[in-house]
Amino acid sequence: MFNYTIRRSLLAVPTLLLISLIIFLLLDLAPSDPTANLPLTIPPEVREKIRQSLGLGDPIYIRYILWCKQFFINEPLNILEHIFGWQIGGDRLRVLSWQTRSPVVDLIVQRLPQTLWVVGLSYVLGIVIAVPIGVISAYRQYSWFDQIGTFISMVGFSVPTFFTGVLLIVIFSVWLGWFPSIYDTTHQVTDWSSFLVQVKQMIMPVSVLALFNAAQISRYMRASMLDNLNQDYVRTARAKGVRERIVVLVHVLRNSLIPVTTVIALGVPQVFGGAIITEQVFKVNGLGQLLIIAIQGGDVPVVQTLTFIFALLIVLFNLIADVLYGVLDPRIRYD
Amino acid sequence: MTEITPAPDTDLRPPRSQWLDVWDQFKTHRGALWGMGFFVVVLLAVTIGPYLWTIEAQFIDIRARNQGPSFAHPFGTDQLGRDTLSRVLAGGRVSLAVGITAMLLALGLGTLIGVIAGYFKKLDGPLMRFTDLFLALPLLPLLLVIIMLFRDTLRAAVGPETGIFILIVLIIGITSWMQTARIVRGDVLALKEREFVLASYSIGTPARRMILRHVLPNVLSPIMVSATLGIANAIITESALSFLGLGFPSDFPTWGRLLFDSTDYLQQYPERVLWPGLAISLTVLSVNYIGDGLRDALDPRIRGR
Amino acid sequence: MKIRTLTLSAVAAMAIAPSAHAERGSSGHVNIIYWQAPSTLNPYLSGGTKELESSSLVLEPLARYNEKGAMVPWLAESVPTVENGGVSADLTTITWKLKPGLKWSDDTPVTSADVVFSWKYCTHPEGGCAQNEKYNDVKSVEALDDLTVKVTFGLSKPFPYGPFVGAQSPILQAKQFADCLGAKAPECTEANFGPIGTGPFTVKEFRPNDVISFEANQNYRDPAKPAFATATLKGGGEATAAARSVLETGEFDYAWNMQLAPDVIKAMEAKGKGKVVAAFGTLVERIMINFTNPAPGLGAERATAKHPHPILSDITVRKALSMAIDRKLLVEIGYGSAGRPTCNVLPAPEIYKSSANNACLVQDVEGAKKLLEETGWKAGADGVRAKDGMRLSLLYQTSTNAVRQDFQALIKQWWKEIGVEIELRNIDASVFFGSDPGSPDTFQKFFADVEMYANNFDGTDPEAYMSNWSCKQAPRPETQWQGNNMPRYCSKEYDGLVAEMATTGDLNERARLAKAMNDKLMQDYAILPLVDRGRVSAHSNTLGGVVLNTWDSELWNVADWFRKK
Repeated sequence: MFNYTIRRSLLAVPTLLLISLIIFLLLDLAPSDPTANLPLTIPPEVREKIRQSLGLGDPIYIRYILWCKQFFINEPLNILEHIFGWQIGGDRLRVLSWQTRSPVVDLIVQRLPQTLWVVGLSYVLGIVIAVPIGVISAYRQYSWFDQIGTFISMVGFSVPTFFTGVLLIVIFSVWLGWFPSIYDTTHQVTDWSSFLVQVKQMIMPVSVLALFNAAQISRYMRASMLDNLNQDYVRTARAKGVRERIVVLVHVLRNSLIPVTTVIALGVPQVFGGAIITEQVFKVNGLGQLLIIAIQGGDVPVVQTLTFIFALLIVLFNLIADVLYGVLDPRIRYD
Repeated sequence: MTEITPAPDTDLRPPRSQWLDVWDQFKTHRGALWGMGFFVVVLLAVTIGPYLWTIEAQFIDIRARNQGPSFAHPFGTDQLGRDTLSRVLAGGRVSLAVGITAMLLALGLGTLIGVIAGYFKKLDGPLMRFTDLFLALPLLPLLLVIIMLFRDTLRAAVGPETGIFILIVLIIGITSWMQTARIVRGDVLALKEREFVLASYSIGTPARRMILRHVLPNVLSPIMVSATLGIANAIITESALSFLGLGFPSDFPTWGRLLFDSTDYLQQYPERVLWPGLAISLTVLSVNYIGDGLRDALDPRIRGR
Repeated sequence: MKIRTLTLSAVAAMAIAPSAHAERGSSGHVNIIYWQAPSTLNPYLSGGTKELESSSLVLEPLARYNEKGAMVPWLAESVPTVENGGVSADLTTITWKLKPGLKWSDDTPVTSADVVFSWKYCTHPEGGCAQNEKYNDVKSVEALDDLTVKVTFGLSKPFPYGPFVGAQSPILQAKQFADCLGAKAPECTEANFGPIGTGPFTVKEFRPNDVISFEANQNYRDPAKPAFATATLKGGGEATAAARSVLETGEFDYAWNMQLAPDVIKAMEAKGKGKVVAAFGTLVERIMINFTNPAPGLGAERATAKHPHPILSDITVRKALSMAIDRKLLVEIGYGSAGRPTCNVLPAPEIYKSSANNACLVQDVEGAKKLLEETGWKAGADGVRAKDGMRLSLLYQTSTNAVRQDFQALIKQWWKEIGVEIELRNIDASVFFGSDPGSPDTFQKFFADVEMYANNFDGTDPEAYMSNWSCKQAPRPETQWQGNNMPRYCSKEYDGLVAEMATTGDLNERARLAKAMNDKLMQDYAILPLVDRGRVSAHSNTLGGVVLNTWDSELWNVADWFRKK
């Protein structure tokens, strides 16, 4: 297992480089333009000058190598300097966003808290809700609990967040006036009352996303439990006189969690990717909003960097999922 | 668990086809029957409906805008005076077609890659890295590129609407198979170590047969879940695409688009979001029940009892 | 923070005149929402409206336009003219005089050196300054003394108010941006995100594409202003949510540019928490006619002057298309009080407004049919007209936007009635308005038969705007598809008018020329104007002093805003 992990990690390096190249080529091919959002009163010559000043005049391989250098060498050095207070070399050019003209990494760091709070919390909450629902639904298949659970999760999954979000805002902000409809990213939690404010502004986006996540995960959990409940080993365990609780919660659950782990692990990078629509609806302005604005504005450095970090997380969490497989199911051997 | 009436004296009857057994089992699943019934009704409604309810979905009767339900317009009209019923019917045609085809494509791709990666050790690494690549690709720029490259060619070859249909199905299909592939692969990895697989391996069963007879039937349940979620996902992705201007022409109704357009009018005309919202949810729900029933019906351990 | 004592007393009625006894900071906090988030506070690095307007709280020009479109001195003592001697008789120089005693927010004096520096900053060849056009033809800018600046143009400039006028070309502090010239401009993140200015507010915290926190500028020239001690400008989301936060939940005080269906806005306003304000400028939603053939089969010569459009070269078709449109209904559906039907591509200011084309205000479907019938376009079995085997079938493209898609659907129906077959296409705005020469979907390439979008011009002088439709402005492969003449309209007579205007200084004569150009375009049906679009914003009932201005930044008079008691 250890060897496997090492081998996979080493293999990840060329994979990631290839992915970064393909993303770069894709973005270069895409027809969006960084000057598209400027007012039409700005003449074409000026637009061309702006594009030149962004470095768009250089051939593509130079731009790619430059990005690699900035991202793989300059940014890590900066982080090191920042952490240890060292001074390595002089001024380094960082990856700069075309829209804001500021370092992309700083933008990401600025956006991370609200995304982790809202999207991350909703994901955790979704899992916490989904696993028991899936287990009970499967154990009592076709009971009223299962039927209601199925109905809610299907509605939760099939009704898009652009609708549920607005619905919640209309009910809780406009009619009842309980929660703010606009998320305040500058809000600082310092004491109990400011914590309450934070909770209030998080309730709606978190519940919208948690419903969506729980719906999906509970379906997989239920299906997987159902598969295992009919297995011979369950019958054997029951026949041996193992208590039902232990049969379900230890034997069946542990085996059923294997495919669900993949689903959960695959979902984690999406947490960092943010929830584009939900962030937009509640103005959370996290990483999802950063990405969509960058895509709309043709801001290649931001899109490239964000997507690449996203790819990095995907590769990492897939590796974690695979290792977890081996831990959860000793029959699987990679070596 | 539901009571399953045991088939009486199976031994004495002449051998019957496996699919009849499957159908018998499927029939005992009430949810599945209801789901199937509803789904057939929806399919009929969207295919035959427009011939019976003859108001054209794109016809604008500007004087009749923002109307509530009436005999002339049972579901009311939208902000331009288009009949909501005919729009829901016409929209369903597109949404269902996109949803089902894209789901099948994604499922086919996902299962194929998942099974191959899980079963053949040598291909596991490359295929999973390939999956990583697709997971990492940013969807929107990818769409822009695909549309830019292929729209005009397809438009010239098969006409604007079919062309866009093919593009959208392809786009949704090739960007949503990865999760299925990962899950199927995981299951296959575990299955491969099971006794019955080892047993049939030891008697020299060829790989193709092994996959079709032993592996695939056992990974059916996550595939069924993916299928249900896949249809919903495809319908919603399509609406996001038309919202971004990458989908069908704007006057071409789809369920997702109808829902999106009426969200602005949530407070003034709440009934307007109801129809497309219900249509999407109920369809997905019925597909889910059909999937449940099918899974049970295809599982010989349940069927035998 | 938000004290809302809503008294419908005389105070509310007197809202326009800010109370004279107000003290700086006495009104507390104001919340502004822009549904597009500003990405930088340096307007020279991003020409977007959201950046211009958010930075106008901090940075100010020498003069700006008021709500009527008239120029008012801002940092300058007066607006220079030929009469007061500020503009030389040959129209080649203009001399500005700064108000004495002006201070930057860091307590240093504002001098003519800062003005000179602002010009240098924007015109640096490597800077990629978005407002470069404002400094067109400027030969030099020199400081005559600490408070006097002389701008010299390379030719006689009938309208010399490009540099340093309006939100587009404010004055930067030379000290702060000294090391940020040219290629280094984008690296000065700190300065770009927190410029030191002369305006009523200073930047406390800037989160790009998210939110800006402002504080009152303690060195602002009027000691009683601004009334608000702090301000927040939140960005992001969509227009509906922004409108909702002001009109329905009351969380915000001011929402910018609400492009929403009129019945949606009306229902929100009925909640009684805020008011909707509208003002008109020069923005016209129009349909452009392609005079060249966009057929894909033509390869590289697609949509160029070499191949005239097979259908739209016929003026009767263009005229019939225009006659079939009911502009009043379009306004009613799409804009309500924020729009007016228009038959001119140049709808304002008043002196430039032509009244020669008003016939188009009335829809005439029968007339359009008759016109087509008479010129040989006969209806076929499917109702689509044809002539010489040429079907009246058009591709109609625009950017993705709910109102535009409603317009497309309506216009398609009207055109269908007169026997024209229409295929609709909508394209994401970042592609449509982009100028990537590799993309087939830009509005400049115009690989469609008709396209719809809106355009306007900065300030009040239409010279540059009207010269958009001269022959040489047509986008074509040789210009990398750049250029403003989307219809590829080309007329010697029109080009003559453009040349004449460039040398005419007299205002009335310029007005006559501009009107003649507008009429020429309208009577050739090269452009079908639809709606004169106003700007719609909303403010809460407790926010006083708002004067909506479409000629300059909407937040131009934020120093005068106050909280109604």
